Amino acid sequence: MNKKLKVEIIRTLIALSIAFTILVVIVSLISDNPLEALYNLFLGPISSKRNFGNVIEKTIPLIFTGLAVSLIFSSNNFNLASEGAFYFGGVMALVLCFTINVPSIIFWIILIIVSATVGAIIVGLPGYLKNKTEASEIVSSIMLNSIMFLLGTYILVYYFKPANSRAVSSADFPDKYLMPNIIAGTRVHFGLFLAIFAVLLIYLLMFKTKLGYKIRMTGKNSNFAKVMGINVSLVLLLTQLIGGALAGIGGAVHTLGVFDNFTSNRSPGYGWDGIIVAVLARNNPLYVPLAAFFVAYLKTGAAIMTRRSDVPAEIILVIQAIIILLIISKNLISKIEFKILISGKLDDGGAS
Amino acid sequence: MDNLINLFLSADFWFTVIKLTTPILLATMGAHIALRAGVINIGLEGIMLVGAFTGVIVSGKLFLLGVPIPINLLISVIAIIVSGMLGGFFIGFFHLKLNSDIGITGLAYNMVASGLTVFLLFVFVGDKGASYTYKSLAFPTIEIPLIKSIPFIGEIISGQNLLVYIAFLSVIIMTFVMKKTVFGLRIRATGENPKAVQSVGISVKKVQMTALLISGGLAALGGAFLSMGFVEYFVPEMTAGRGFIALTANTMGGTPVGGMLVTLLFGFANALSISLQLFSTIPIQFISMLPYLLTLIALVFFSWRKMKRNVK
Repeated sequence: MNKKLKVEIIRTLIALSIAFTILVVIVSLISDNPLEALYNLFLGPISSKRNFGNVIEKTIPLIFTGLAVSLIFSSNNFNLASEGAFYFGGVMALVLCFTINVPSIIFWIILIIVSATVGAIIVGLPGYLKNKTEASEIVSSIMLNSIMFLLGTYILVYYFKPANSRAVSSADFPDKYLMPNIIAGTRVHFGLFLAIFAVLLIYLLMFKTKLGYKIRMTGKNSNFAKVMGINVSLVLLLTQLIGGALAGIGGAVHTLGVFDNFTSNRSPGYGWDGIIVAVLARNNPLYVPLAAFFVAYLKTGAAIMTRRSDVPAEIILVIQAIIILLIISKNLISKIEFKILISGKLDDGGAS
Repeated sequence: MDNLINLFLSADFWFTVIKLTTPILLATMGAHIALRAGVINIGLEGIMLVGAFTGVIVSGKLFLLGVPIPINLLISVIAIIVSGMLGGFFIGFFHLKLNSDIGITGLAYNMVASGLTVFLLFVFVGDKGASYTYKSLAFPTIEIPLIKSIPFIGEIISGQNLLVYIAFLSVIIMTFVMKKTVFGLRIRATGENPKAVQSVGISVKKVQMTALLISGGLAALGGAFLSMGFVEYFVPEMTAGRGFIALTANTMGGTPVGGMLVTLLFGFANALSISLQLFSTIPIQFISMLPYLLTLIALVFFSWRKMKRNVK
């Protein structure tokens, strides 16, 4: 096995074991029946077909936002507008559902183009502003997320909420526009294929095209990239536009894949979760589905734990943050890594 | 329009401006000291949230135990500051000791804060929505003699919450510490030229850690004003981006006093957004957007001007 890969795998496993130890300790401390809570958390997702369906259904949006954040992070940008782009992709699904009347296939094509464009604009804006004015993309993208959420709520309340409805939600989406279900008895939908297609596309882009080479170069060392004659600011902007497009599509596909209507508070933070997916996948598109599956599994387990025991699901956010921190802490596991690299070298020496 | 003029002429409105400036102002001072030491504290938002939560839970528990109110508030303040320092230590530990990226570390702390406060709210109060059913305390309001009898001005300045005065006082203290003390000099030197500081035998990391601890304590107090002054309960995510607004106010203001002026502007936007909801026909979503929109525009405008100046 590739030594670098081996190191990264061990690093991830160590981070996960520390995080899970903390989780087990916390659950044991606060729960009256910790064994049941932990059972639901870790084995709940595979306890029934429906629960496992929930895992896959959550994996789909996480693949999209994970890819988006991977792309954005791999060019060393901390643009966090994927959350706003994901949410607004859903808003675009809402708007299109009730404004155009075309055959399903044409609708989905239009939906993907529109949500991609809107997502690209939302994530592109902080990138563009940073490029033109050096305004911190972290702050501007977080402000933009709040603004987009309020704008989406406005669109829903003033244009798509039935007058007689008390809940802040739209009428039911037309059946013909919903993403087709692909596994009976679950809510797993056609978006899964789109997500996998997106993974392959981004993989090809990153590793088989000139642009991908430029993106990786810029991420590694932007000064060197500049010297090499790469238009760094253009490359940075492009990665954010593509990332935004992916997040936008993810939001649209998720909305029409899983829900019957649109509710304003329906942004369960998939954009934020994209960060942990990207960190776990080391920004490599090929590892994104695995990382997305892992995070979806954890989230589903947490939801089941909340339903069936006395431990709130929010603890998972804390565990996610700890996993992220342990993986990005360069000094933490470096000693162990060093040993592996050394021993690996010795092994090679012995073999030759 | 008449409504708007009446609004600006009312002492009540300006009283609210000062009130809403307070949490951002304390966090801005927190942002200031950290940035001066060369670390950008992205975790302010989470630190504020944890501070707001700690204040409610600690003062509530002590109240149940029958602890006299002044002692209760004193212990609560200490707990709030310690909660903020722990946040600062957490960020410093991962960034300085384990060499993690400061940006992601701050964001991760915000995630910890979001999750942990809801989790513990459920554990302590039995509700994830808010702590309405849980009796907690507020800091006292203070009438300033003499000033209180000045018409209009007195109505605005006097009778505010204790933390309001502490916030404005912190600007003066921060200015003094940064300009006139050896400690302030060390912080500035660390931010401006860490290699030189290291070469005279001062540990850059120690200075930065100290700055993060103070930064956390200040921001936590700002957060606590929301739950123990502005209202008397805790709601998840009640900081609503104020930590990030404070980061912007600090970069724009540059100095503590400059930061204070910018936060007054954000306090104004916040107060306007709340008042407009009462009588304006503008959709509430656009009114609520005001503080965020203002921050975004101000940030972009300021950065653009700074860049132009640097080019020249």
